[in-house]
Amino acid sequence: MKLSKNFVKDYVDIGVDIESLAEDMTKVGNEYDSAEKLINATNLIIGEVIECKMHPDSDHLHCCKVNIGKEVLNIVCGAPNVRKGLKVIVAQVGAKLPGDITIRKGNIRGQESNGMMCSMLELGLESKFVDEVDKTGIHELPADAPVGEDPIKYMGLDDEVADFELTANRGDLLSILGMAYELGAIYDKPVKEIDLKHSEIEEDINKSFKVEIETENCNLFLAKKALNVCIKESPDFIKNRLIASGIRPINNVVDISNYVMLETGQPLHFYDADRLGGKIAVRMAKQNEKLITLDNIERTLDEEDIVITNGKEAIGLAGVMGGLSTEVEDDTKNIIIESAIFDGVKIRCTSKKILRSEASNRFEKGLDPNRTYMAAERACMLLEKYADAKIAKGTVIYDKANKEEKKIDVSFENINNLLGLEIPEEEILNVFRKLGFEYKVNGKVVTVTVPTRRMDISIKEDLIEEVGRIYGVDNIEGKLPVLPTKTGKYNKTIREIRNKMIGLGLNETMSYILVNDKDATKFTTDKFEPIRLLDPLTEERNTLRYSMIPSLLKIYEYNSDRNNKDISLFEIGKGFGKVNDEYIEEEKLCTLISGKYYEGIGNTKNVDFYILKGIVEELLDYLGYNGRYSFVKPKELSKEFHPGQTATITINADPVGIMGKLHPKVTSEDVYVMEINLSKLLSKKVGKMKYKEFSKFPSIKKDVAFIVDRNLESAVIEKQIKKSAGNLLTNIEVFDVYTGEHVAQDKKSIAYSLTFSDSKKTLTDDEVTGIFNKVISDAEKTLGAEIRK
Amino acid sequence: MKEQIAKIKENASNEIENSKTLQELNDVRVKYLGKKGELTAVLKGMKDLSQEERPVIGSLVNSVRDELETKIKENEETLKEQALNEKLEKEKIDITLPSTKIKRGSKHPINRIIEEVEDIFVSMGYDVVDGPELETDEYCFERLNLPKGHPARDMQDSFYVDPEHLLRTQTSAVQARVMMENEEKGPIRVICPGKTYRRDDDATHSHQFGQVEGLLIDKNITLAHLKGTLEVFVKKMLGENSKLRFRPSYFPFTEPSYEVDVSCFKCGGKGCNLCKQSGWIEILGSGMVHPNVLKMNGYDPEKYTGFAFGTGLDRLAMFKYGITDIRYFYTNDVRFLNQFDRKDVD
Repeated sequence: MKLSKNFVKDYVDIGVDIESLAEDMTKVGNEYDSAEKLINATNLIIGEVIECKMHPDSDHLHCCKVNIGKEVLNIVCGAPNVRKGLKVIVAQVGAKLPGDITIRKGNIRGQESNGMMCSMLELGLESKFVDEVDKTGIHELPADAPVGEDPIKYMGLDDEVADFELTANRGDLLSILGMAYELGAIYDKPVKEIDLKHSEIEEDINKSFKVEIETENCNLFLAKKALNVCIKESPDFIKNRLIASGIRPINNVVDISNYVMLETGQPLHFYDADRLGGKIAVRMAKQNEKLITLDNIERTLDEEDIVITNGKEAIGLAGVMGGLSTEVEDDTKNIIIESAIFDGVKIRCTSKKILRSEASNRFEKGLDPNRTYMAAERACMLLEKYADAKIAKGTVIYDKANKEEKKIDVSFENINNLLGLEIPEEEILNVFRKLGFEYKVNGKVVTVTVPTRRMDISIKEDLIEEVGRIYGVDNIEGKLPVLPTKTGKYNKTIREIRNKMIGLGLNETMSYILVNDKDATKFTTDKFEPIRLLDPLTEERNTLRYSMIPSLLKIYEYNSDRNNKDISLFEIGKGFGKVNDEYIEEEKLCTLISGKYYEGIGNTKNVDFYILKGIVEELLDYLGYNGRYSFVKPKELSKEFHPGQTATITINADPVGIMGKLHPKVTSEDVYVMEINLSKLLSKKVGKMKYKEFSKFPSIKKDVAFIVDRNLESAVIEKQIKKSAGNLLTNIEVFDVYTGEHVAQDKKSIAYSLTFSDSKKTLTDDEVTGIFNKVISDAEKTLGAEIRK
Repeated sequence: MKEQIAKIKENASNEIENSKTLQELNDVRVKYLGKKGELTAVLKGMKDLSQEERPVIGSLVNSVRDELETKIKENEETLKEQALNEKLEKEKIDITLPSTKIKRGSKHPINRIIEEVEDIFVSMGYDVVDGPELETDEYCFERLNLPKGHPARDMQDSFYVDPEHLLRTQTSAVQARVMMENEEKGPIRVICPGKTYRRDDDATHSHQFGQVEGLLIDKNITLAHLKGTLEVFVKKMLGENSKLRFRPSYFPFTEPSYEVDVSCFKCGGKGCNLCKQSGWIEILGSGMVHPNVLKMNGYDPEKYTGFAFGTGLDRLAMFKYGITDIRYFYTNDVRFLNQFDRKDVD
């Protein structure tokens, strides 16, 4: 909301400049974006061109002599409209213009130039407010403009404007009157009354005009009639205030409807009475009903839109935009004034589809029904005065609005308790007085009557906020609440996982959960439906990720493109999907590694499956799943994984994740990824950490190398060895895998180191040899293994 | 005979001294003291001596033997020391060559901030709670006094996935959950850090960003308690000299509501480009829990009051580490990530 200081001064005395005003408003909760003069230029003066000759060295420049009263200046000017006798705005040497421009003495192609003649654009007015002349040339002042005086003052543009960013609850501040009350409370100044006085003619609107309201989404509708209007340019003060408020002046009638909206906050609509006919009916639109709006666009409406009709067809979109057929035009004679309140939620929906405007914004935030009446009268008063209108007697009224003033009880104790302050009673009452709220004191309780303009106040806490706002809370002494001592809880496991992964040398990332729909189903064979956004910002991010692998792969690609090598990443985050019509949201841990994991002299080995497997095992062991996890061939494999280098990670045979190499079709580099469903993993309970007595007797190690089929998995051999060896086998390790010379093509040699021990006694060689021989003979029988000598 | 012994002694002593290696030394020992050594030979020749001479020569030979053995031992130690030194000298390496790198990971700056915030509040007895990121309209808005069509919903343009579900626009959604889940409707002390989402994407806004929400409900809680709590938080987070400023504002779920500014930690409040010359930086939204919110979630506003606050984690991280572009957090360039690989100062 742009606040013109000149405008608000009609209603409240203000003695401070616009920056101080804006700062003072901020302190009571109304932030501002900017606060400055409407025309932010210095050293301007009205001049008259007394001589205008072509520049000897140019085909478009003119050398002018400009009389500014105290002297005559030589100025070179390039504007096509400069001519002898023209009254102009001169920026003198030393003038500062918007855009950090300073006017200096100059010499243009050999001709002295001591100043600049300006257009309104050069003085910082937005282009929508300036005439065509100003866009190509300099501003032309009227012939009677007084030479030597301040042109800004002369034009009435000596205004200051603060642009406030108001909070959504303060719809009342979307009006000059509302601002006046707020400033009145800050500076303890009374608010002057608005002038509504006008005369009426014999003709009674109620005899010729009807209003029918057929929807509950309009609870107040007033119609008045102005006859014989004379459409012309508005007086300067109206135009200038509209400009300061950011609204383009059109003609006196249109300007008056905007002016009244700015003053009172109540949007108005004016209809050409003769084209409208004798009736307005308000109803909800029919599905697919058509309407051509003011901007000459055919709109297709639906049952959520409120429409104004003439009883037969739609002639306007209530609160959003009028229709073309009843628009006020240059030849309009008679006007129907609409001042009404429509449902804010409905207006919000419609305006989101069609156009967010000054009017729709005000309807959305809510309106004071008393202002609806006020605005109708104020419009009549201004039309009579500035458009020579005759105002018909009476008002057509449909009124179901609640205009009762709220009475709220609040005790002095309530106020000081919630704020944690000790504001004296008289200070509290003083705040209500400054705000213009009536009150009655009953012992320790104040009954406050809230004016209807303050729709944001409905409970005692709202009044407490008002006291805090106007009295100020900066002086509150902060203190900590005295509460029972307790230690807060937090998710330690997630932190430990994070620290473990960092300890393993991985960079933690944070990626976007929104991915494109094609990526959303990749890297998994889980059955789910991806969740799409109804209204995505871009198609690149239109779906919630299920797997985090696409996110990490994007990060990998980003880094790889920038020549960042040796990438190892991890992230803990959420994955989303729809399963059996329910949304699921699971915590996941994802890892991606590529390039070298170990660095330094001689460490030339790139990351492989086993390094990543080691990382996974390290994490699972750390979390206490030792002995419960396996890496098994996936039952089903998504096509983004390498078919021969991918494993499902299981805990007690239940899959909790996947790890492996990405398919060369996904990336040409060697990239390994892992994803564990943490929600699932962590739901598997782990026993407490407990000390277990270790064997005090020496252990015995035996090594054996088998030659077996190349495709036989080590896990199968280990399982067989454990089965044959029984309890005394305490550890089993693979220490060599060999294929090549001396081993048949389809075979491999795999060597194990077996550790035997007994917690109760020293094992004898005979005992161990007995077990060891059984291991060998069983392996020969069941696995077709051969001992490698 | 005595001369012979003296000669042996002299020769042996010289040879011991001249031995340069342990092998040479051993050779000398064998030559003179070995089974077939020269001194041993003298002992063997004693049988030809008279009764009187035998003890004299015997004791002379023994003392010479002892003397030589001591000398050998001494030299042996010197030579061993020398050999060790030579070995050490050979083992010398270039200590300036690069190490075998033990990879060092890094913690994402936003998670660093989250952990820091958690630690501060956990120490004050707050529980850290979590809620769904794909939230219902009910918890994200309605239970926070933001009915459908409320104009304040504009402040938070949202990503809906169906008319009733959206990506949460604020961690405040967890407030309502915590209140609803508290069966005794008793005191609450929680913070909820997490990801939030809004339809906004430019240099200063990311459509995904981090927030932390705090909620305290108890008897006789006042605005002064909110201020005190935030003072502790801000001082620990941004420096002991930080000052707070409360500016009235509007949030539908608190009444009264305040935006909280912190004195600029770059210029200390004098005015600089970071604080846009104002000396203050807006950092938190806060207020006293709105009675409607208490009521809607089962609390009696006549018995309980409370405060709530929320702050942007990305902003905090940007301030704390001097990060200039919010998008760096989400592009995850390793040259960015690697800078967060150390312990920060306490």
